[in-house]
Amino acid sequence: MHFLINGKSFDFELDVRISLLDLFREHMGLTGTKKGCDQGACGACTVLVDGERINSCLALAVQYQNHAITTVEGLAEVGHLHPLQHAFIEHDGFQCGYCTPGQLCSAVGMVDEIERGVPSAVTADLTAKTIELDHDELRERMSGNLCRCGAYNGIVEAIAETYAKEPA
Amino acid sequence: MIEFSYARAEDAAGAIRLSSVAAYPKYLGGGTNLVDLMRETVERPDALVDVTGLSSDIETRDDGSLLIGAAAKNTAVATNQAVRTRFPMLARAILAGASGQIHNMATVGGNILQRTRCTYFYDDAARCNKRAPGAGCDAIDGFNRYHAILGASPACVATHPSDMCIALAALDAVVHLEGPNGRRMMKLVDLHRLPGSRPDIETELESNELITAIELPTLRFATRSTYRKVRDRASYAFALVSVAAALDLGADGTVRDVRLALGGVAHKPWRAWKAESALRGQQAAREKFRAAAEAELAEASGLDGNMFKIELAKRVIEAVLSELVGEFA
Repeated sequence: MHFLINGKSFDFELDVRISLLDLFREHMGLTGTKKGCDQGACGACTVLVDGERINSCLALAVQYQNHAITTVEGLAEVGHLHPLQHAFIEHDGFQCGYCTPGQLCSAVGMVDEIERGVPSAVTADLTAKTIELDHDELRERMSGNLCRCGAYNGIVEAIAETYAKEPA
Repeated sequence: MIEFSYARAEDAAGAIRLSSVAAYPKYLGGGTNLVDLMRETVERPDALVDVTGLSSDIETRDDGSLLIGAAAKNTAVATNQAVRTRFPMLARAILAGASGQIHNMATVGGNILQRTRCTYFYDDAARCNKRAPGAGCDAIDGFNRYHAILGASPACVATHPSDMCIALAALDAVVHLEGPNGRRMMKLVDLHRLPGSRPDIETELESNELITAIELPTLRFATRSTYRKVRDRASYAFALVSVAAALDLGADGTVRDVRLALGGVAHKPWRAWKAESALRGQQAAREKFRAAAEAELAEASGLDGNMFKIELAKRVIEAVLSELVGEFA
């Protein structure tokens, strides 16, 4: 099977039962992406596929060949941090850090969704051409990423500082 | 997960051909429910036929109707401008469920065929007639907060978990099917079954039959429609009760027409036929909405953990219809 992960090509002989998450962690040494619930409930395994966020635990790797996959390791150049990573440090957007790679990838995908005009459950006007990343939109759209340390306030502040026009 | 073969279909005919040569095939969409069930060995297919390469087009027709390819992702449907303006309740219903990540993975076909989230269905140490016919049901005397109050049976009190399907039921959606015996169409409300004595048989689909598209017939007044979901947390939780509603009001304040469906209350998306017929021609007033809700829930019956949902469903129906009247003011 042929994969494009963080800008590089890889070929693996894989059992079709292997999830994208297990491909990263068990076959590639990319352990940034975390296994939380392994059933799509916590978001710790969130990665980007062609720029869209998905739960890699529910993704059979075989279905994701030849798509541009980005894990937390690929968010920024080696030796550099993504601006959102700086903001997470600045705002204490984590305690144990286990959910953080998923939070980061999810936020990057989420902001792209806002820019593409994808509505959410709290978008009041479904016919609006543009959607503002305000406090309610941000929290609703990040609800697929749990943080059992409860660092939500810091996470929201970090994302808002990086992407929102006004403080969350 | 037990071993299985994997093949990707190029079109519906190819998918049916591939599934016809397997003993226990399953069509695979985004996998957000099926992969999870396979990992728990609740589902044990020996072959997966990937149908995500089939049509995901959303065809906007001049007569106001829409045709949505079964491989369309939930995000694509909820974002589509024609869906948002012609059938806002459908966009609202999709967005009320799951998470951003799951919206990006899950297909329309898979959403319709997803299985109950009853915890006893998932737990192979529990008794479940849906997972193991004849085994019994641990939900009836167990944790049944999320379970059915309408149309349940002594064999099964599970609910259908889809939000999207509640809107589809209200909107008279038609499911396009293709199988070894050819193509046919079926109303979404006729696709899912009540549990009866065979809760393991959940739909009217024939062996290896595939959902290829969903058709939303023209319904002009659906521009005034919405979906409200009541749940235990503000986001990313299954419904306790949900209501999809569209209301057509006459100039004299009477209900010219109405579409109403309930989620979280039954083994299938529950079209509220009784409430609809009670409402047509009536004044659009709270007491009429309440009376219609009473009529719909007259035969509801609760268990220890979900009795509250009977009153809750009535209140949500009343509130949502009142909200839609407000939109006309």
